[in-house]
Amino acid sequence: MGMDEKLDYREIGLTVGLEIHQQLDTRAKLFCNCPTRLASSIEGAPTIYRRLRAGKSELGEVDPAALFEYMRGRLFEYIAPRDSVCLVELDEEPPHDLNREAVAIALAVALALGAEPVDEIHVMRKIVVDGSNTSGFQRTAIVALGGSVDDDEGSVGIRTITLEEDSARKVRESDGVVTYCLDRLGIPLIEISTAPDIHSPEQAERVAQRIGLIMRLTGRVKRGLGTIRQDLNISIRGGAKIEVKGVQRLDLISRVVALEALRQYRLLKLRDELASRGIDRDSISIDDLVDVTELFRDSKVRFIKRVIDRGGVVMALPLRGFKGLLGWSVGGGRRFGSELADYARQWGGVGGLIHSDELPNYGIDSSMVDQIYRFLDLDPGSDAFILISDQRDRVLKAFRAVVERIRAAFDGVPEETRVAADDGTTRYMRPQPGAARMYPETDIPPVRVDSGLLEEARKLVPEPFEVKFERFVRDHGLSRDLAKQLIRSHYLPLYEDLVSRFSGRIDPQLIAVTLINTLKALRSEGVDVSRISEETLTEVFDAYSRGLFSKEAIPDVLRGLAQSPGESVESIVERLGLGRLSMEDLERIVSEVLRSEERIVRERGERAFSAIMGRVMARVRGRVDGRVVSQVVRRMLSEFLSGS
Amino acid sequence: MSGDLYSDLGISVGDLVRIRRGSSEIEGVVMPKHAFSDPDIVVLKLRNGYNIGVRVDSSSRIEVVRRSAVKPASTGASAQVSPSPRPDLPKIMVIGTGGTIASKVEYETGAVKPAMSAGELMELIPEISEIASIEVESVYNILSENMRPEYWEVIAERIYRYMIDDSYSGVVVTHGTDTMGYTASAIAFAIRDMPKPVVFVGSQRSSDRPSTDAALNFISALITASQAPFAESVVAMHAETSDREIAVHRGVKVRKMHTSRRDTFQSINASPLAYVDPVSRRIRVVSERFMPRDSGRSPSLANRFDRRVALLYSYPGFDPELIDFLVDKGYRGIVIAGTGFGHVPEYAVASLKRASESGVLVAVASQTLFGAVNLRVYTTGREMLKAGVIPCGDMLPETAYVKLSWALGNSRDLDEARGLMVRDIAFEFEPRIIDSYYPRWS
Repeated sequence: MGMDEKLDYREIGLTVGLEIHQQLDTRAKLFCNCPTRLASSIEGAPTIYRRLRAGKSELGEVDPAALFEYMRGRLFEYIAPRDSVCLVELDEEPPHDLNREAVAIALAVALALGAEPVDEIHVMRKIVVDGSNTSGFQRTAIVALGGSVDDDEGSVGIRTITLEEDSARKVRESDGVVTYCLDRLGIPLIEISTAPDIHSPEQAERVAQRIGLIMRLTGRVKRGLGTIRQDLNISIRGGAKIEVKGVQRLDLISRVVALEALRQYRLLKLRDELASRGIDRDSISIDDLVDVTELFRDSKVRFIKRVIDRGGVVMALPLRGFKGLLGWSVGGGRRFGSELADYARQWGGVGGLIHSDELPNYGIDSSMVDQIYRFLDLDPGSDAFILISDQRDRVLKAFRAVVERIRAAFDGVPEETRVAADDGTTRYMRPQPGAARMYPETDIPPVRVDSGLLEEARKLVPEPFEVKFERFVRDHGLSRDLAKQLIRSHYLPLYEDLVSRFSGRIDPQLIAVTLINTLKALRSEGVDVSRISEETLTEVFDAYSRGLFSKEAIPDVLRGLAQSPGESVESIVERLGLGRLSMEDLERIVSEVLRSEERIVRERGERAFSAIMGRVMARVRGRVDGRVVSQVVRRMLSEFLSGS
Repeated sequence: MSGDLYSDLGISVGDLVRIRRGSSEIEGVVMPKHAFSDPDIVVLKLRNGYNIGVRVDSSSRIEVVRRSAVKPASTGASAQVSPSPRPDLPKIMVIGTGGTIASKVEYETGAVKPAMSAGELMELIPEISEIASIEVESVYNILSENMRPEYWEVIAERIYRYMIDDSYSGVVVTHGTDTMGYTASAIAFAIRDMPKPVVFVGSQRSSDRPSTDAALNFISALITASQAPFAESVVAMHAETSDREIAVHRGVKVRKMHTSRRDTFQSINASPLAYVDPVSRRIRVVSERFMPRDSGRSPSLANRFDRRVALLYSYPGFDPELIDFLVDKGYRGIVIAGTGFGHVPEYAVASLKRASESGVLVAVASQTLFGAVNLRVYTTGREMLKAGVIPCGDMLPETAYVKLSWALGNSRDLDEARGLMVRDIAFEFEPRIIDSYYPRWS
């Protein structure tokens, strides 16, 4: 059980849709003339403070996500570095016209995916009141509909391709104040949403990688951490569509999908368990809260003591028949209790909660646990309880959310927006936004997708994969197998970049073999090649083209770089003695070998070549091309034999 | 809102339609056309909430799936009392004249509609119910660039009604920001000896946006109207770009200084009267020179504004025939926003002299805005004085314009009007201009 439980994804009806967000590398932001680079320093930058209000829709509804943020009543602090922020980001000047360069790039991606551009682009306002947009909405526009991506498990449809402004980047959050830096706000983003055609964790990762690759091949998207972000919509049959936000690493996608499928599966099992225990949903009530502060007043539990000393309270929610259910595993090392703790944190702003299935722990010993059970009039054999300690109003808010979440467990999986952590687990972030949050951005005129724009876009459409494949085989002399592997590799754009950069100086075959085979071999050796950035790979080839080392040394250089990232290529070559030998040094080594092996040479004559060659190579491997060594050995051997 | 295309196609806003052209087919709800949308485009809202423009030509086939169920929203605008009046709270009259402060978006169509009933205001700004018991009277619903002196007369008369009714603690006027300073000045002159404040308020971000400044401005206007120790015509708007403090400016000294910023209103040649913290709901008075609140004082109403007054800007190449034209046309007053100390080109002085001799009052302010007019330093100025112009000290050109219109409208003769122009009526002259009354750009 737990995270190692292997699920049959077809059987549980796993369905995944992707939303891939990629920053564009344009000269200016989407709606103003600020540059699209992040501020080098936020030290001393001006700071302003704002609040946002939840807007009511015409139907008298407030968007649930908007209401959630508004209820938290937070103050937003915005850092506005002057070199990358103007009045537009500060919501103090209307947006300028939609950036045509960004539209052209988005259209190019659309054409590459076989999507159909719309005739006229209309910018919308999508309400987002978590403070990440100073305006309280994100400006977004559909540029194309339809299209598809090929995959081994079946083609995956594209629903929409939108162009939108990136949000402000969060710097910190403390005591109800959330701080954002505005430099990222307004950088153009393409969002590609797939249909829910994905049915396995691995497929999700492959399709995300494929879409990312197509965007990179336009040559006009940003690179590096944070420039591409994936949101995942994941559900299983009988579960719920869960939106997981902010997966920044491609290689985390399959794990996030697998863990979320498992979480939903386990929550459905929990639902069944609740039913089989015959627990009544209405027995879970906020009215049953008991103030247990007195029990802890003289306790040794330090963190609770501290809360009480500051005028806080400890409250307990009795849960009859729940023994073992709070510790119910939902996968990834998380428990149902962890899910409840997320709700308590997000809605009540408390640090978390303590539940009986994890006690004794945290300094609460078994006699204390018994005491609580007695105080609550519960049966330690079958019942459970939850404790939260903080200021009274926070505790009440937290428990209200916890009660709602426990009640939702009777139905299985509640719809939520979750956020992914680095280990692939996710936690509750906020309710899902409703449909009532989109309305037209009247400050920006619509953009006609005319022949001029489409012409600009066509210039940026990357070469189709089939054409690329043929070209690699024909012009670069790659084997069909190597070319095929390259086409599927995320190193494809780097390969093309390196080939054109070192044209005439490095054989494309060597580049391909290094990126595909050499790195693969190192990986299977256990070397963490992900630590070698593409910039570093470029430096390695540059050093090689300058004759710093021979091609035989490339695996050693790469191994060294993976083990010591940050060290320069030059220093690694020097440290590992991989530097290229001069001709004099090579000749000196060859003549040393000939002299020490004189007996064999005299005996075998020219046939001693391979033996001599082996001895020399053992001393110079990686520092000079084998071809050169063989020439020198052959020449010096015959000179030696002719007695000169 | 839809253009001819929609009626030609037999579709209307709100219809669910399916449009086919070639192999593509799109379904969505017909939306109003954006003013800059191309003529052959139908705007559709897709199921995901996005709008897109779909081109239609002779090969397009349009099928109406479902006719619109949207009823045109009513724009009721009449006197209303807040849903549950709280007798323990101060009673404030809210007079609506228009502008974006109170508007709401219609999500179906994206149109922004005014929201001016007390109920709608309180729905937008729930905090109102903790601060004051409000009544709402909508007098106009105009964009403030369309404001006219005859409207000032009506607005002044309405405000006066609540000035003499002791049951109100103050009056709040919602107003578009473009000409809010003019109207606030007009009221300062038209109602003298006010017993309680009248607070003008507007917004630079309409209230349909989450980042709106309307709520904090409005809350602060209510706090000012109910708590301020002064009884003047003032403007309450953001003091800074942050949502922290709201500045309360004297109407005759305030000017809109930025096209789009929240803190667009600035006191010129003066400091604000007070600052309001809308969170703690406290007012911090920073000026000692004001007309104190006094419920025993009886106000007087002099609300005539002469329309035959013009405001001219002087510049290199200024054609004095513009002055002659106004004189010949029967204008009774001209305000010159002169260069520097208040100058016009020397060659234009003769036209000023002719204007004065024809019974036209010429008042002079400076286009530098900061600092006072002084027509004694240079020859041209001295000649302007000899020609009979009235220097307006540190008064803003716009305030001088409003005041001259008011002075001519409420005087029996030119001498009386001239006398009113040079007298301090509503603190429009600042006796001491100190160093801090000047912005620095960094």
